[in-house]
Amino acid sequence: MSIKKISKDQPLDFKFDSKNLDKAQKIIKNYPASKQQSAVMALLYLAQKQNNNWIPLAAMKYVAKFLSMPYIKVYEVATFYSMYNLSPVGKYFFQICTTTPCMIRGAYDIVKACKEKISNKENELSKDKICSWMEVECLGACINAPMMQINDDYYEDLSKEQTEKIIDQIQNGEKPKAGSYKGRKNSEPENNRKTLLNINNA
Amino acid sequence: MLKDEDRIFKNLYNDLGPDILSAQKRGDWQNTNEIIKKGKDWIINEIKSSELRGRGGAGFPTGLKWSFAPKEIGSRPHYLVINADESEPGTCKDRDILRFEPHKLIEGCLLTAYAVNANKCYIYIRGEYFNEGNKLQEAINEAYEKKLIGLNACGSGWDFDIYIHYGAGAYICGEETALLESLEGKKGQPRLKPPFPALIGLYGCPTIINNVETIAVVPTILRRGAKWFASLGRPKNTGTKIYCISGNVNNPCNVEEEMGISLKDLIEKHAGGVVGGWDNLQAVIPGGSSMPLLPKNICETIKMDFDSLVEEKSGLGTAGIVVINKDQDIIKCMARIARFYKHESCGQCTPCREGSGWMWRMLERMAKGEASRDEVDMLMDVTKQIEGHTICAFGEGSAWPVQGLLRHFKKEVAKRNNFNPLINKGKKIPYLVDQHLLEK
Repeated sequence: MSIKKISKDQPLDFKFDSKNLDKAQKIIKNYPASKQQSAVMALLYLAQKQNNNWIPLAAMKYVAKFLSMPYIKVYEVATFYSMYNLSPVGKYFFQICTTTPCMIRGAYDIVKACKEKISNKENELSKDKICSWMEVECLGACINAPMMQINDDYYEDLSKEQTEKIIDQIQNGEKPKAGSYKGRKNSEPENNRKTLLNINNA
Repeated sequence: MLKDEDRIFKNLYNDLGPDILSAQKRGDWQNTNEIIKKGKDWIINEIKSSELRGRGGAGFPTGLKWSFAPKEIGSRPHYLVINADESEPGTCKDRDILRFEPHKLIEGCLLTAYAVNANKCYIYIRGEYFNEGNKLQEAINEAYEKKLIGLNACGSGWDFDIYIHYGAGAYICGEETALLESLEGKKGQPRLKPPFPALIGLYGCPTIINNVETIAVVPTILRRGAKWFASLGRPKNTGTKIYCISGNVNNPCNVEEEMGISLKDLIEKHAGGVVGGWDNLQAVIPGGSSMPLLPKNICETIKMDFDSLVEEKSGLGTAGIVVINKDQDIIKCMARIARFYKHESCGQCTPCREGSGWMWRMLERMAKGEASRDEVDMLMDVTKQIEGHTICAFGEGSAWPVQGLLRHFKKEVAKRNNFNPLINKGKKIPYLVDQHLLEK
């Protein structure tokens, strides 16, 4: 359970746009009738995407009404899970895994690159106001350590130089390619494959 | 080494494509209807005699778990829930199944759901696996289009729907009852057991929860027979397993191998050896971060299966192998794992909520050599106070790695932290209010 800061600047109003309204109604149908509370996590995520990657209190109230559940229950969920940002983050949100498997392969080099290139402190916007970074716990790509996640994409097998290059590219408005930066295929042992060599779709 | 034709996940590295046509060429969805026609009891018995054990960490016999579900549907519907909330440090096997072998999982879901009388299945994917979830959704859509799932799935007369539910970054939701709470739209805090989910689970209905890998191997077992699966590995530890080898190895990788393969073989053959050579090995975490580490002398001979590792006071867990060589500071590595548990504790039980923080802070100080001689034993005491005193197994998960460190590396820890405690017993300390505490 992480400590979370609720942003001091809160927008007064929040509403799903028509696209998200459709999506939300579809999601609710995934769950049995009268169990619409199950959709709260997905709806908060939609709200976060719509509102520049963070959830204002107004959105929680809106979701609570939408699902006819108490506001406090939505608040509980929003503060419990670490993927919900309760104060503004960068448009490009860098999450660097620093748990042991990544740490021993040099995750703190990546953190250093972010400190130098984005901002000295975690969760602080960069000078150009579009990036921010934070250390997170295991992202589940330990084979491809060290790695980071920018918004929805995983960037794997990184070095400090490559991370710096990725940050440069993003700040120049380009989209760096996701995936392994060693050029290897997914989670195969690089240049040392001993299995599944002569397999085809028979 | 396991022969390629005996590997279940032939598309582990995505050489062949995850789409339905490629999957069907690999043998998925072939004669699914005929397997279903053999009946529920046949499916459950076949899985029982294959001795398949859950791949999510605890190693509970899968067939036995399924047989706990009520035989007839009563007033409440049954549910199947797939645990794809893979967040154990060192483990990333389910990710590859979700994105490269989704049809094995979907077919497994159908067969399992039929066997346990469920018409609905929820797949709980961790929120960070957004792209993997999208790939799985594509595969689900393909299966719906081909009428393999949905109304009258595969022409079997069984109606079956699959929904994806995303988590939002909470490790604890990998615990089955916390996962159910999360699915119901609440904080992910584990429930007391009993009642077990097989009788009272999601929305209070009978629910079977299995790991992704467990379910994804089911179709192959039913197709090739329980005998084939049981012939791999050794009794009670049968079949194949995806091992994730990460850390200080030359070629970190996922590889599917027989249960009971030796750890040294895995590291030397598949992962290209330890960085700096085998002699540079310090310790190995054999089953994801919550399993106690093993020092080099045990790593020489240990076999990777549930029972062999338990004999060494560790466990197979999720088979996420983290190799740590001598260039690393072992206390620092464990302190980082303790920080992970401190961050992820759900906060429901006091021993775990407070204790995980204590362990982290003590280990951080020990890594710097700022702890006193007494504290080494005190740390062991703290782990014992957490273990077994919490609602779920998170308490054990956070205490065991520290116990492993103290079991095998106590000398190193004590060497670095070897000064007398600040408050020396027997001496009168003027600023200490509670002087009586020093009396014997």
